Amino acid sequence: MPSDRHGPRAGWGLKAATAGGVLFLHLPLLIIVLYAFSIEERSFAFPIPGFTTQWFGVAWEREDVRRALWLSVKVGAISMLVALVLGTLAAAAVWRSRFFGREAISLLLILPIALPGIITGISLRSAIGLLDIPFSTWTLVIGHATFCIVVVYNNVLARFRRTSRALIEASMDLGADGFQTLRHVILPSIATALLAGGMLAFALSFDEVIVTTFTAGQQATLPIWMLSELIRPRQRPVTNVVAVFVICVTFIPIIAAFWLTRDAQDTAGALK
Amino acid sequence: MTAAGVPAVAFEGVTRRFGDVLAVDDVSFSIADGEFFSMLGPSGSGKTTCLRLVAGFEQPGSGHIRIHGVNVEGVPPYRRDVNTVFQDYALFPHMTVGGNIEYGLMIRKVPAAERRRRAEEMLALVKLDGLYARKPGQLSGGQRQRVALARALINQPRVLLLDEPLGALDLKLREAMQAELKAIQRQVGITFVYVTHDQGEALSMSDRLAVFNRGRIEQIGSPAEVYDHPATPFVAGFVGQTNLLEGYLAQRLGGFPATYAVRPERIRIVAPDADVPSGFASIDGKVASVTYLGANSRVEVDADGGMLAVVEQNVDGGASVAGRVPGAVVRLVVDRRHIQAVSASR
Repeated sequence: MPSDRHGPRAGWGLKAATAGGVLFLHLPLLIIVLYAFSIEERSFAFPIPGFTTQWFGVAWEREDVRRALWLSVKVGAISMLVALVLGTLAAAAVWRSRFFGREAISLLLILPIALPGIITGISLRSAIGLLDIPFSTWTLVIGHATFCIVVVYNNVLARFRRTSRALIEASMDLGADGFQTLRHVILPSIATALLAGGMLAFALSFDEVIVTTFTAGQQATLPIWMLSELIRPRQRPVTNVVAVFVICVTFIPIIAAFWLTRDAQDTAGALK
Repeated sequence: MTAAGVPAVAFEGVTRRFGDVLAVDDVSFSIADGEFFSMLGPSGSGKTTCLRLVAGFEQPGSGHIRIHGVNVEGVPPYRRDVNTVFQDYALFPHMTVGGNIEYGLMIRKVPAAERRRRAEEMLALVKLDGLYARKPGQLSGGQRQRVALARALINQPRVLLLDEPLGALDLKLREAMQAELKAIQRQVGITFVYVTHDQGEALSMSDRLAVFNRGRIEQIGSPAEVYDHPATPFVAGFVGQTNLLEGYLAQRLGGFPATYAVRPERIRIVAPDADVPSGFASIDGKVASVTYLGANSRVEVDADGGMLAVVEQNVDGGASVAGRVPGAVVRLVVDRRHIQAVSASR
């Protein structure tokens, strides 16, 4: 009997508690989605006065929305690339060689994400200010890369640890030099870990607010734009439309990453 | 081909340290071209390190290694004309069986059609026809072992290094693979350097074998030489079973107060009043225990001066051991030629 293998069936109390927990987590998301279709522009009136899809068109037409969206995509993509390169190199070093401070590397890499964002943000701002770097897209990228690296690092290191070192020796033994071994053996072995790590990194960067606030210049990423819209509402449902869009964009990579690494139990610590 | 007489592999005073551990301690030996050469020893005896030194994964701290006469100092693994069959096979999990076997040819940019043809040939050689498109994860241990062998042999190396290749297989499969490996070696005519801790494997397959202990070679010779004339007590105990005679027993059977080794199957049990043939040594004792092992039985005899193990063939089935009951008085006789003086281990 299946219930024998999976333990006793849950009682109604446990089921109700589970349902309550799921509702508590996801009801607010539903409200956001719902009011993206409201005809009322000023407030969250209940019940909804009427339904319309006009705000999707309005949102698409607005220049500030497009600019914020494009900046978020750009910063997310570049931070992801930086994280992929640096995170993978750090993981490879920790996996392959022994050196002084090896044990400390994991802790140091995890700090930017483990510390409160406000600390990471303010220290980055001070450092950028001290170095006299003008605030720009690139300071944003630096800020986001600091916490994206650890995501890639954790994923790739977990994969490396399940990969036999003898594979590298076998490749060299069969005539492949270092570069050929990287291309034909190492990269294919860690490909899905790179994909998963990269997508998580992008998702993290895409919805980051605190570090972004401290490292952005005059520009606004999508989350920053939304925050300012909440404070000074203008066409309130447009914000909800953008929120719906962000929910979708964030969900795709997280589900994909989950699916790609579902047989791997040890990619923990990838998300905050 | 190189001129006859140039060894396939030669070690000249090779030493390799790992920290404080002397893994290989001033080792010199040579392996002839086309030979099946085994390096036998317990774990940590330096045999695997010697293999890795030939492959190029380790560099000697001092001394020289020559492969077909060429000093390979500083030559990386990918420029050495040797290939390795790894202990855990080290097949590339993301590639098919065919992709694994063709890897070396792909790196050397051999055209795809020829790669495929040669891979199919190799699959036939190791009796894996039809498994070209499988993934290593879908194969059994024995099949993976064969893929690893094919992947190394397809490059036609001049020396094939095998690192305990049968260690992970069960007994029946291991015995079948021993015979097959030996047959493949005769067929391809490549020098095989075979690392194992299994003395039975080394005895049954090798042309010659080297017995390693604590980073040094205790003895090199043909299986019969090493078995019949162990040079040291270590070799006598590690290769096959042995009775080490010391003190009174040594004096009595060997004639001198030295150390001797006698194989249990070379001792015969006779009636207590039987005559001792000329050229034989004898000693009286009482049967202490009898262990029935099917093909043979092991009889422990409490002789004057110590215990002696005797192995008797059960040529008469269970009746063979009928007279061997604990407490029975017996006489042991052994041909003096089989009482082998062994020097102390270095």
